[in-house]
Amino acid sequence: MKFSSLRRGLVMSGRVLLSIPFRALPTLLAAIVVSFLLLRLIPGDAVDVMASQVALSNESDIAKWRHDLGLDRSIGEQLLDYIVNLARLDFGYSHIYNMPVASLIGERLPSTCLLAGTAFVVAIILGILAGVISGYAKGGALDQLTSAVLLLLYSVPAFWTGLLLIEVFAVWLNWLPLGGSQSLGLDLSGAARIGDRLRHLVLPAVTLALFYIAVDARLVRASMLEVQNQDYIRTAIAKGLDRHTIVWKHMLRNALLPLTAVAGNRIGAMLGGAVTIETVFNWPGMGRLAFEAVLKRDFTVLTAILVLSAFFVIAANIIVDLIQVWIDPRIEH
Amino acid sequence: MLALLKKAYLNNSLVSGATLLSVLAAVIIVAPFLYPGDPQSMVAPALIRPGEDARYILGTDGLGHDLTAELMHGAGISVMIGIGSVTVGVFVGTIIGAIGGYFGGLVDDLLTRLTELFQTVPTFLLVMALVCVFEPSLVVIIAAIAATSWVSVARITRAQFRTLRQRDYVLAARTLGYSDARIIVVEILPNAIAPIVANISLMIASAILLESALSFIGLGDPNVVSWGSMIAEGRDYMRSDWYLIAIPGAAIAATVFAFNLVGDGLNHVLNARASS
Repeated sequence: MKFSSLRRGLVMSGRVLLSIPFRALPTLLAAIVVSFLLLRLIPGDAVDVMASQVALSNESDIAKWRHDLGLDRSIGEQLLDYIVNLARLDFGYSHIYNMPVASLIGERLPSTCLLAGTAFVVAIILGILAGVISGYAKGGALDQLTSAVLLLLYSVPAFWTGLLLIEVFAVWLNWLPLGGSQSLGLDLSGAARIGDRLRHLVLPAVTLALFYIAVDARLVRASMLEVQNQDYIRTAIAKGLDRHTIVWKHMLRNALLPLTAVAGNRIGAMLGGAVTIETVFNWPGMGRLAFEAVLKRDFTVLTAILVLSAFFVIAANIIVDLIQVWIDPRIEH
Repeated sequence: MLALLKKAYLNNSLVSGATLLSVLAAVIIVAPFLYPGDPQSMVAPALIRPGEDARYILGTDGLGHDLTAELMHGAGISVMIGIGSVTVGVFVGTIIGAIGGYFGGLVDDLLTRLTELFQTVPTFLLVMALVCVFEPSLVVIIAAIAATSWVSVARITRAQFRTLRQRDYVLAARTLGYSDARIIVVEILPNAIAPIVANISLMIASAILLESALSFIGLGDPNVVSWGSMIAEGRDYMRSDWYLIAIPGAAIAATVFAFNLVGDGLNHVLNARASS
């Protein structure tokens, strides 16, 4: 790496990092405020829910309860409290699950990371491959076929694909488990345990990945087509480079930039997509937790999930900005 | 204009997508005549398989609802939510994007921050939370989906306005003393609209997908049939009667596919024109 480009990279990375307190933090704070206020709009609070569960109707007991939980204070004070607690990683207490929300999410988060992480990698690899086919065969029969298949993948509801995959691979063929993240009551260890986990991971990860394979392939294809007529590709052809070098080295490198750009928001999209897919596959992750929180109307948990997702998206976008600074020399500002 | 029409006619995805959409429109129009009354009423024995009984071509579900009737009524609901939410989203997004892009400065800064905020919270989680807070009904569902779909419109519109506001004709309009509102609506907007329009069909497609996921997890309007909730109900019979999930899912896929085809076609026709 030349000294000048190293210096440019360092300066630009510094700028990205310096912007965090001015751009990322206010956005995160706004996301917290909006999530908190949105979910406090609902009539009835945690005490109402609990009181109905234990059939408590004594007004003074209820008032005391509310006071103990701080729910009788103004919404502004409660919000301030919430933010201060968040800074200490305290997401509140769920009276429906009877445990701190932070430990509840801590239990579920690893499963979702495993699922979304696998789907993320699978989508990028297969998406690039499918996109490259168009780079080779622009407008040809193969390109048209892949484009049609990709558009179809882009159109199919993921929860439905999941159900069909379960039907075929678990019910009919009995190759893979119906759902869950591991076999219960088998007490496996070592390689058998990992194998069991992997078998459970295949279907949900493929389901979550399918849509994004289509998204990534369409992105790669579009930028491949865009790059095709540029001078440096003509130069490469004129130099007599073979087709594989041109497609894989010269064209793909530029086609990858838009993929990096969408990677940050992809984290958020996958967390959203995980809701239906984890529900379909009984996957014990954060998505299914969000679904359960909606069913049980546990808004402390739902607020925490919204806030945490916002944090992940913002963090991922900062990382993406840093990566882009180093791989795209055109970025100056 | 004629050249544009010819180009549209020659575009395979646009033509096949439009054909599919006309079939869909026909289904929506004839549904209330072919199957008047509530499609969610018990009309037949439960679990008649597709093709078993000529009166119920697609069979019946576990509660004895006619699948054909539910499917045809569901089409109207899906499309209405799709088009409704996108209309609201495009309207709001265009206004916000136009104001930010045209005026620039502090206003633009604030609106950009607002757009970023909405991109930060995952779409599906936000829609889910909104519907959950305000109770599921058609209006709430449309508003909740619109609350997430305006973002992309605002970004496109803002970018368009930022380039176009420096053009000579805008300067001329300013010199003539036209009001900002008039310049935005009459002078710039017609020139900025192509990429917004090109995007609409794709937006409807994703709105329909979003709605199907919502009703699948039980956050649809409980008073109307929806393809997503049909699939959710079919899950109970998955082992024996898989047609109950296969059929409504195929309907969602075909509808979304049609809107995506038209969207791809429109993008091709309109954007190629913009760049030439």
